[in-house]
Amino acid sequence: MFDLRRFTGREMTIGEKLLEFNWGFLLLLTVIACIGFAMLYSVADGSFSPWAMKQMIRFAAGAALMIVVALVDLRLWMRVAYPMYAVALGLVAAVDFVGFKGMGAQRWLDLGVIQLQPSEVMKVAILLALARYFHGLALDEVSRIRNLIIPVLLIVVPVGLVVVQPDLGTAILLTISGGAIFFAAGLAWRYFIVTGLAVLGAIPIIWERLHDYQRDRVFTFLDPERDPLGAGYHILQSKIALGSGGLFGKGFMQGSQAHLNFLPEKQTDFIFTMLGEELGFIGGVTLLAFYCVALVFSINVSLQCRNQFGRLLSLGVSVSFFFYVFINTAMVMGLLPVVGVPLPLVSYGGTAMLSLMFAFGLLMSCYIHRNLEIGRGSSSSLWM
Amino acid sequence: MAIDRRDNSRYKTFTRRAMILGGAQAAAFVALGGRMYYLQIMKTDEYRMLSEENRINVRLLAPLRGAIVDRFGTVLASNRQNYRAVLVAEQTPDIEDTLHKLARIVEITPDSRRKIMRDVARAPRFMPVVVAENLSWEQFAQINVNEPDLPGVQPDVGETRYYPFSTELAHVVGYVTPVYQKDLDKAPDEPLLKLPGFRIGKSGIEQKYDMPLRGIAGASHVEVNAFGRVIRELSKDKGKPGAEVVLTLDMEVQKFACERLKDESASAVVMDVHTGEVISFVSTPAFDPNQFNTGYGAAAYKALLDNPYLPLTNKALAGLYPPGSTFKTVTAIAALEAGIDPSRTVTCTGKYAFGNHLFHCWKKEGHGNMNMHDGIKHSCDIYFYDVARRVGIDAIEKVAKDFGLGQTYNFDISGEKAGIVPSRAWKRAVTGESWQQGETLISGIGQGFLLTSPLQLAVLAARIANDGYAVTPHLIRAIGGELVARKPAPKIDVNPEWLKIVQGGMNGVSNEPGGTAFRSRITQVGMELAGKTGSAQVRRISMAERLGGVRKNDALEWRLRDHALFICFAPVANPQYAMSLVIEHGGSGSGAAAPAARDIMLKALTRNAARQEASMPPHDHGHGHEHDVEEG
Repeated sequence: MFDLRRFTGREMTIGEKLLEFNWGFLLLLTVIACIGFAMLYSVADGSFSPWAMKQMIRFAAGAALMIVVALVDLRLWMRVAYPMYAVALGLVAAVDFVGFKGMGAQRWLDLGVIQLQPSEVMKVAILLALARYFHGLALDEVSRIRNLIIPVLLIVVPVGLVVVQPDLGTAILLTISGGAIFFAAGLAWRYFIVTGLAVLGAIPIIWERLHDYQRDRVFTFLDPERDPLGAGYHILQSKIALGSGGLFGKGFMQGSQAHLNFLPEKQTDFIFTMLGEELGFIGGVTLLAFYCVALVFSINVSLQCRNQFGRLLSLGVSVSFFFYVFINTAMVMGLLPVVGVPLPLVSYGGTAMLSLMFAFGLLMSCYIHRNLEIGRGSSSSLWM
Repeated sequence: MAIDRRDNSRYKTFTRRAMILGGAQAAAFVALGGRMYYLQIMKTDEYRMLSEENRINVRLLAPLRGAIVDRFGTVLASNRQNYRAVLVAEQTPDIEDTLHKLARIVEITPDSRRKIMRDVARAPRFMPVVVAENLSWEQFAQINVNEPDLPGVQPDVGETRYYPFSTELAHVVGYVTPVYQKDLDKAPDEPLLKLPGFRIGKSGIEQKYDMPLRGIAGASHVEVNAFGRVIRELSKDKGKPGAEVVLTLDMEVQKFACERLKDESASAVVMDVHTGEVISFVSTPAFDPNQFNTGYGAAAYKALLDNPYLPLTNKALAGLYPPGSTFKTVTAIAALEAGIDPSRTVTCTGKYAFGNHLFHCWKKEGHGNMNMHDGIKHSCDIYFYDVARRVGIDAIEKVAKDFGLGQTYNFDISGEKAGIVPSRAWKRAVTGESWQQGETLISGIGQGFLLTSPLQLAVLAARIANDGYAVTPHLIRAIGGELVARKPAPKIDVNPEWLKIVQGGMNGVSNEPGGTAFRSRITQVGMELAGKTGSAQVRRISMAERLGGVRKNDALEWRLRDHALFICFAPVANPQYAMSLVIEHGGSGSGAAAPAARDIMLKALTRNAARQEASMPPHDHGHGHEHDVEEG
């Protein structure tokens, strides 16, 4: 593609950036979100309230946010990476002390006007901070232990704060997306092997520290029929709903499992089950295919980037997006224990939607600024 | 113009690792797709079934229990509306308070309060729980009016069993009770039993014909949500109400017989000598079957148990009595079969010496010369001692069994007792001792080991009256509109001539001056009955007492008096009905039993015309046997 800036050496204008913006990707996200609206409409027995309408407004706000974020110069995002991380860390820490409990866990911060879920902010901030950090390291520097202390702390501190809330799902996602950036930055294989072994060794200790309900989920995952009316009920009913959907499903708004309340949390974590019940294998695979296309696009963005920050950031976004989709769908299919992870763009939820669209905005910013070459020097030298 | 040459190396690494991550993601998506294929395509039938099971709940609808009617359609057992109050827990903020208010209208004992709280705790909160049953109309109306003050309480109408004739049919129709744990244990797979308010037959016809009376349960398929609340009805199968059971009884005769015997501990069976249809089946006193519906009160039930007249025992079926002189008919037939000339006479002096024993006649001064006719007519003990000794116990046993004694008939009410007809083999088997000749003598007059039920005695009379057909008694005429087919009674291997002689003797008993029941004869022409009295001794008469004069029954306390028995058939010329009647400790057959039997038989005979008319269509099915035609 013809790159104006390479030859002129001048900054892109807003108009040029809007032209570079990949509107097809936003359309794809909109299609996925629309599937979500339809399911939320069905959950409410054919009504836009209380979920579908709110979700549409949030998606619209999210799309606007994505565009704004995408237009911001990637170097600015690089500059604010650490400050944002610091703010996010402060918010997460604040939740532990002044947050109130929702759904049995302490995750929300009441800011007066909106209720903020700081762990969602942290999911974005951690990607920015790690991408920023590894941007400054050459390949041969990455695997030096002294260079690893800071990024490891960048992950461990927020994960530790999230775990005590307790929010295992977010902790896992933070760890995985952080780890993905380590991996993409070129950290030597041996670290991953050693860490893997260490985790295996730590499992008994972690097990000791798990809450009863978390242990129950693991037990239930290993044997859902163990207690079909108790802890195993949700996953069993979810499988029944999916399986009874068959190839074409029971029809839109016809899912007996969902509409007769056999399905739990169907507007949030179990929305994919409801889709599978009402629209069948065809519907479920179609949605998964849309996700695949979105993922292929985002990996492609990271491969096209001419700067390490953009590569790592966009890859981090795509990996965490992938894990959201995977953990949620695998959970409702009974492949993973029940973990409170929403299905991106489809599940009902405000903060998650906004943070996701923010992340997609960053991804798009990486795409728009893919040909920007940024030196490894300090952030002050980022501006020419 | 790469800013940093070394960026190339990390770009290469990045690209490689991004491809690895991408590949891993692709693999993960393949796994997801595979899992969906497994759940939604391969296992879909299984999960669809589970989903339907989740969704659809089958609710049983209790069928209406079949009515029991007499042969004219008079209702003997039916269903009556049961006014009750139910409580829906989710509709009241405070169950205790609601019950407290309800207690101002209906009595709620601490016991029933506990039961209600337990039921409420067990059932889902939207399920109604019965809090009060069998309310009067006033109470029911009061609950209706006060509904706003009784949140959660709803007036409701259920069904309960009702027996309009109460005690008069208690031993025939029986009763129903709520389902108890032991009933559930017996039929663990019968879902009907688990329905609230379901009643199960526990005695009489209600018990024996419980299955046809129950009917077939209906089912309502309803869609329920995860909490069990009904969303909508998908389909409804009303089921089939229980079959109507028509009895052979004539309620008019039954009522009359009950009234006639109401002060006695007595039983009576009236049956058709040709068909075996039981016209009246009485055991007095009795209980109120309606009370079992809700469970008999403890005090009332104890009173029944303590009553010496045994109201809970079905005496017509399960009461066993020595047949006394009524058994002389059997001895007479055995004698005739053995070739004894009926005109041969035995001289009765009041005593009969046998071995070193002296046997007495009931008439101390003796009857003089007795042939068989006179022996039966006067019920002379000496005559029957003599013929019994001559024919032997085994010949008597054979005739007794041929004529229906010592056996059960698979009757339409459970609880039949076979009684005892002794023989040499029987005694050896039971006591291990050999038969004594003296025992043959006392067996010949119906005492000793012999035990018979009133039902058996009625069968004996019927088989004599119908010239030797082995008719068996039954109470069921039709079930669900279908007449119950009966095989014609088989002929007994006995010479009908001998039976004519015994019938003649019984005619003498009732219709010839000097007969033991002459005073209790039927004087209406064409309705005359022929009978045989019996008085069964229930105590030993000591030699001292015999010397000093045997005490009259009137002088004895009730429980030492003789049982009064009477068997008969009528009309003499063309026998239609046979009957047995036993009054426990009634004194004598002639004094107590015969007059009551006469009255009841007369009632049966006067009702005969109506019965014949009402029975015409069913009788076309050949219920009588060819004997009817012969006599015609």
